Amino acid sequence: MSAIGEVVRRTWAMTRKDVTVELRARERVNAMLFFAALVLFIFNFALGPDREKLREVAPGLLWLAFLFTGMLGLARSFQAERENDCFEELLLTPGDRESIYFGKLAGNVLFMMMAEALILPLFGILYNLDVWAQLPSLALVAVLGTVGFSTIGTLLAAMTAHLRAREVMLPLLLFPLTVPVILGSVRATEAILSGGGLGEVSHWLKLLAGFDVIFLVACPLAFEFVLEE
Amino acid sequence: MPDPLVEVQGLTKVFGPTLALDAVDLRVDPGAVVALLGPNGAGKTTLLKLLATAIKPSAGGGRVLGEDLLKGRDRIRRRIGMISHSHHLYDDLTALENLQFAAAMRGMRVTRGAIDKALGEVGLEGQANGKLRTFSTGMKRRLVIGKMLLFAPELLFLDEPHNTLDQAAIALLDGYVASVASRGGAAIVATHNLSRAYGMADHFVLIRDGAVTWRASKDGLTAEMLRELYARHAEGSETVEGRS
Repeated sequence: MSAIGEVVRRTWAMTRKDVTVELRARERVNAMLFFAALVLFIFNFALGPDREKLREVAPGLLWLAFLFTGMLGLARSFQAERENDCFEELLLTPGDRESIYFGKLAGNVLFMMMAEALILPLFGILYNLDVWAQLPSLALVAVLGTVGFSTIGTLLAAMTAHLRAREVMLPLLLFPLTVPVILGSVRATEAILSGGGLGEVSHWLKLLAGFDVIFLVACPLAFEFVLEE
Repeated sequence: MPDPLVEVQGLTKVFGPTLALDAVDLRVDPGAVVALLGPNGAGKTTLLKLLATAIKPSAGGGRVLGEDLLKGRDRIRRRIGMISHSHHLYDDLTALENLQFAAAMRGMRVTRGAIDKALGEVGLEGQANGKLRTFSTGMKRRLVIGKMLLFAPELLFLDEPHNTLDQAAIALLDGYVASVASRGGAAIVATHNLSRAYGMADHFVLIRDGAVTWRASKDGLTAEMLRELYARHAEGSETVEGRS
């Protein structure tokens, strides 16, 4: 088997395992969706019916829901490996470490995007915003932002998996490192919800894509050290 | 004389301020079953993890299965197996899925027939689709042995393998270890269960405070002598914690 073939096969095995475990346990996705709905409801009640005010804060609120939900998912992404010392088994696995990373990343992106697909309509209804007309543009921003956030988040989740204070350490490390991704995502979403086309937000999209590429190259390289130390 | 399967010199491991393993030399020949004895925190597990390439040594080196311990880690990992007191299995997967996942991560293609055969050999026939969460501890340990049968490692590392096993599972495990050794492989067992160690091993290495304090072969050594030697050499080291 070629080296690339083996990486793809191992990546797929890891993603399929994570998805199977989640479909049976339903711990991660349920917690993510409940939390996202809670955030949207609470801010909806807090901000009241003022349409202008809602329009101003809506992009930030949407990404607040996305990112906090994603954080919950990331924090639990190595839960199955912590149980029964499965992490040790992964350490003894021959072959590249990148496929473990990419397998975990694919699962994290998948779960976060599943949550986002349910959050977005709820957001549109609660905040009286027409998200459907802008759906392709919003989806593009969501994909770029989610990949950037999850790419470094997966690395940090592995790094903090064995810490007692992992629930605190993960957001402490992750949010400062993803400031460019968060900024780009919120600004691009703001412009799109205000009626701007993709052309108007192209500079933000380039920034997001750039960070995604940098993280996608650097994080797998760092993952081996994280896993072994 | 055949090449040793393990030949390491001066293996040292430091965790922060703690010297976990202090210049350990070890040689394991084909066909040998070596028992690493010692109290909790002596450094037995650390030595196993170093030999299994799960962690890197702070100093020292050598060869495992003819490969350099540092440069040949990937090749070593393809030829070893680890049975630990944790079973390294996923509770929300079935027995079949656990074995398929472990095989895929090792880059192995295994057929359903091979999996069913391995499950049958460990007394888990008909349990392939049983979710691990519903398995008893003994069944999970049997599944680990089944996994080893699939992987067929040449060198087996066992860390307190008899914990929580019933008599039938102990017999199965000991039989499997003996079969690996009889095929020209070897096994290294970390334990502080002296009677089990005496039953399965033919060489004994006592580790105390991270260093080897004595070693002996089974020739002429009775179980009683082993207990006496252990008591003499391990005495007073129970207070050292955190390195096993």
